[in-house]
Amino acid sequence: MMALRERAIVSLRSAPSLPRHVRIQYDPVRQAFAVLSPEKVFWPNEISLDILRRCDGQSSVERIIADLAADYDADPQDVAADVVAFLQEWSDKLLVKL
Amino acid sequence: MSAPLLPPIGMLAELTHRCPLQCPYCSNPLELLKANRELDTQTWLDLFSQAADLGVLQVHLSGGEPTLRRDLEQLIAGLSARGVYTNLITAGVGIAEGRIEAFAEAGLDHLQLSFQGARPVTTDRIGNHRGSHEKKLETAHRARAAGLPLTINAPVHRHNIEEVPEFIDLALSLDAERLEIANVQYAGWALANRDRLMPDLAAVNRQADIVAAARERLAGIMTIDFVTPDYFAIYPKPCMGGWARDAFMVAPDGTVLPCHAAQTIPSLRFERFGDRSLAEIWADSPAFNAFRGTEWMQEPCRSCERCEVDWGGCRCQAMAIAGDAAATDPACVKSPIHNRMAILTDAALAQAAPEGNESFIFRRIGATTRPDTPAEPARR
Ligand code: SF4
Ligand code: SF4
Repeated sequence: MMALRERAIVSLRSAPSLPRHVRIQYDPVRQAFAVLSPEKVFWPNEISLDILRRCDGQSSVERIIADLAADYDADPQDVAADVVAFLQEWSDKLLVKL
Repeated sequence: MSAPLLPPIGMLAELTHRCPLQCPYCSNPLELLKANRELDTQTWLDLFSQAADLGVLQVHLSGGEPTLRRDLEQLIAGLSARGVYTNLITAGVGIAEGRIEAFAEAGLDHLQLSFQGARPVTTDRIGNHRGSHEKKLETAHRARAAGLPLTINAPVHRHNIEEVPEFIDLALSLDAERLEIANVQYAGWALANRDRLMPDLAAVNRQADIVAAARERLAGIMTIDFVTPDYFAIYPKPCMGGWARDAFMVAPDGTVLPCHAAQTIPSLRFERFGDRSLAEIWADSPAFNAFRGTEWMQEPCRSCERCEVDWGGCRCQAMAIAGDAAATDPACVKSPIHNRMAILTDAALAQAAPEGNESFIFRRIGATTRPDTPAEPARR
């Protein structure tokens, strides 16, 4: 088989970004943020949106978790589990680059 | 109609019916429009701008072959300026030097490239165009070199269903993010060629297994979207995500349609952009309102728990097979005439000509006007 790429696995050191074919955009008609991808439009909830917005290719997963835990005043352990699971799922769908 | 009217999210713009290929499964109508019926640049730009105002977030630029429009760069730039996500759906044959780069420059977000086969002989035979496979490979390389994300689209039928594993390898080798294995939908030219294209059940099942295994193996490497074959289904697909619910299409002459095949429903009258605004057509066109929501449904759909899952399936398939556009899609196991699907597939297979010897009605202007009265089929 000719797999040129490999499946990426989230680690605390990954610096996730949005691939070229995915973008977040505010939609004034529906007054909500949409994630646009080749076939689908997603309407992320507040937490998903907060994760995706931090996928700037600079911030590490560790940093993103710390930021969100502070913003939401939540236990970093719980936040970590959610963030890692979310990023792995989106990476497996090629909507986030790790 | 009781549900509130929502703004559309997606739009398919068929910029032209002209195309260098002649795929016998083409979803265009049998009566193809010539170049002199196409909207001009400014009208498309106005239409796109109204679409963005209305809430459209994504436009699929299609045809025919959209790159035959010399103003395609301008159209992409117009959409991009409004923040609309643009997806170019191309057959990838005969795109002049430098243009793919120009599309990327104009803001194109994504390119979808069709392959009629995974093998060069198949591609060339199905599209009835010698050398097309080679040109498509080149288009894929140029698109990736220009930094464009790529989907490979594989329309599947009897003559290439065994090539599904090769399609997967082809898409990987071309560095595509996404592969669409799309079983042909029997409308338009595909309906006229149904007996010549229908696969058999064993092949359909093998294909489903191969796709399921590949999806698992390729998680995080390549996305595979699978458009399942209606004629072998238990439940229908939510055609267009529901009639006039969140998407629509525009024909080359500006006729605004709820779906590809809507013009095969004789009771409906359609409106053209320019005669009315897009917002008026979306909200008030009787053709759009005819099957919007669930009010129009008959039994068994009316009281079915899936009525807002699949919206009763495809109106055009109901028209073509049940003879009533408001009937339950016969692809549904609850349809009183569901068994007709099996009868039609059996009849198609009984007539199958030996491979390489089939007489497709190739898609071209004037080849046929109605599916039941085909003109002399083109043989090659
Ligand atoms: S399906 Fe084939 S003939 Fe039809 S528009 Fe696409 S490439 Fe052209
Ligand atoms: S009966 Fe109608 S609504 Fe129910 S599953 Fe079949 S097509 Fe869908």
